[in-house]
Amino acid sequence: MIDLAVQSPVQSPPPLESTPPTRSRRSARRSWLTPRNTPYVLLAPVILLFAAFKGYPILSAAYLSLTTNDGGTQRLVGIANYERIFNDPLFYRALLNTLVILVIQVPIMLALAMLLAVAFHSTLLKFRTVFRLGYFLPVVMGLVAYGVIFSVMLATDNGIVNVTLQSIGLPKVPWLQDPVWAKVSLMIAMTWHYTGINTVIYLAQRQTIPQDLYEAAAMDGAGHVRQFFNVTLPGLRPAILLTVVTSTIGTLQLFDEPYILTNGGPDNATLTIGMYLYENAFTYFDFGYASAIGFVLVGMVVILSVAQFRLFKEEK
Amino acid sequence: MSAAVRVSRTRRRSRLASAVLTLVIFVGFILMAAPFYWLVVGSTLTSSEVFSNPPHLLPGDQLVANWVNLFGERGYLRPVLNSIAISIVYVIVGMVICLCGGYAFAKFQFRGKAFLFGFVIATLAIPSQVTLVPLFQTMVALGWLNSYQALILPGLAFPFGLFLMRQAMQSVPDELIQAARIDGAGEFRILFQIVSPALRPALAALGIFLFLAIWNDFIWPLVVLRSEDAYTIPVALASFSDGNTTDYGQLILATTISVIPVALLFIFMQRYFVSGLLGGAVKQ
Repeated sequence: MIDLAVQSPVQSPPPLESTPPTRSRRSARRSWLTPRNTPYVLLAPVILLFAAFKGYPILSAAYLSLTTNDGGTQRLVGIANYERIFNDPLFYRALLNTLVILVIQVPIMLALAMLLAVAFHSTLLKFRTVFRLGYFLPVVMGLVAYGVIFSVMLATDNGIVNVTLQSIGLPKVPWLQDPVWAKVSLMIAMTWHYTGINTVIYLAQRQTIPQDLYEAAAMDGAGHVRQFFNVTLPGLRPAILLTVVTSTIGTLQLFDEPYILTNGGPDNATLTIGMYLYENAFTYFDFGYASAIGFVLVGMVVILSVAQFRLFKEEK
Repeated sequence: MSAAVRVSRTRRRSRLASAVLTLVIFVGFILMAAPFYWLVVGSTLTSSEVFSNPPHLLPGDQLVANWVNLFGERGYLRPVLNSIAISIVYVIVGMVICLCGGYAFAKFQFRGKAFLFGFVIATLAIPSQVTLVPLFQTMVALGWLNSYQALILPGLAFPFGLFLMRQAMQSVPDELIQAARIDGAGEFRILFQIVSPALRPALAALGIFLFLAIWNDFIWPLVVLRSEDAYTIPVALASFSDGNTTDYGQLILATTISVIPVALLFIFMQRYFVSGLLGGAVKQ
């Protein structure tokens, strides 16, 4: 009992005459941690880290985007970098490449994830645990690791994929050398990598749809297909919104896959906005221009995300 | 009579549907698992066997030779040790920071809370490439190129982890914390001895995400590392194919080694991974 009383801040010793009450409190055991400052003490590392490695770099990038490298020093040039972006054919090329991948890959991947989630929820599917593991495992594979294995498998001459194609009488495919096929390869790799994560999200949401709804639909004579469109799809709406937004952001920022698989080539066919930003910064050391591209990218991410939220809300 | 016929017919139909569905999912499974299989097989082949026609679909006998080359002349041990050391420090420190931050965000009212949490979440929308240049310049100014702290510290600003911990913390009853306070427990004791044990699944998820983030991180180490003895596994892997002649058996073995820890972690902690991915939204 005595021990507890000493530790309790309420029962801290009465203030000495010579010192103001706050001082004496601070001198009591552990009382430097007051109820008022506790959250700030707990958050001190977070505040420091986010100020140093998020807040400062963001502000600094905003400033950099208004400057240009002039013989080793950054000189303010106003919005010249932004004007340059809008007249830069290579930027438009990167934008187009990114949008093509966005428009083709994301819907295919999300549709696949949706079908997989339905399949994994169905009791008709055998060996669910093993299958689920196989479909989800790619999610954890690091970028470089999967870049290595995909470039080995997709090699034009005697890569395992082409060898297999040839063995069933098909011609070999220049996976990473042809402008069109290089895009296809990127999309295959991305689909392989990220479908599992989206399936997990759909699957979790699917489990929250009450079974009554399906029974009621069946009573009204709805078959499996009707049930999917009238019960499952509306029930998955929050998960769909989440995956559409995150996949869109991820694809707009696409950098890792083209960097490791195609290095933006051949002939800039897989140059994405993220790749172009990186090239400007670390190949040409044009930090001002690279930062401006970064903020145009942020703008596109924000606009598209807000648009998608609006679209999903209105359909409700 | 007719009811019995109908039952047996639907049962036969559902059995057929089950077989078809399982077959389709099995084919997809083979495609998804193929890269993993090829990693394992490729690790045991010579460079020319990896690209042979007809292909070597079964493991060969080069595993030991590849291993010796990899850890001998290639010096793969150094990046492996670097990655392990950095990951251990990062995961432990990251868990403590996110735990403390999540506790403050979930269980305290204080000035600036909404702003701070809003800022943390808003940084999720900023592409990492935007901050890459200023961060790099900061590292240059601090003289931190090639250092462990450059690899560890910036990544500790981990918004997802804070979000995850805040969500999980909200499920801890306030009464539990109040009771501990009345008993005279200090805030850190409450956090580490009373709250944390109740959060084991969420903490496991947090640990997995921190580990994946640091173990697989590539672009940032690539930018701040200059000399080979500071390389982490992903940077070392990428540098293997820089030369004119790449030993693919060796490269694939190195890749396989890099994948094993994350794969094992995932297989054994799948449940926590999934719950963490959903931000604690789904009860286990």
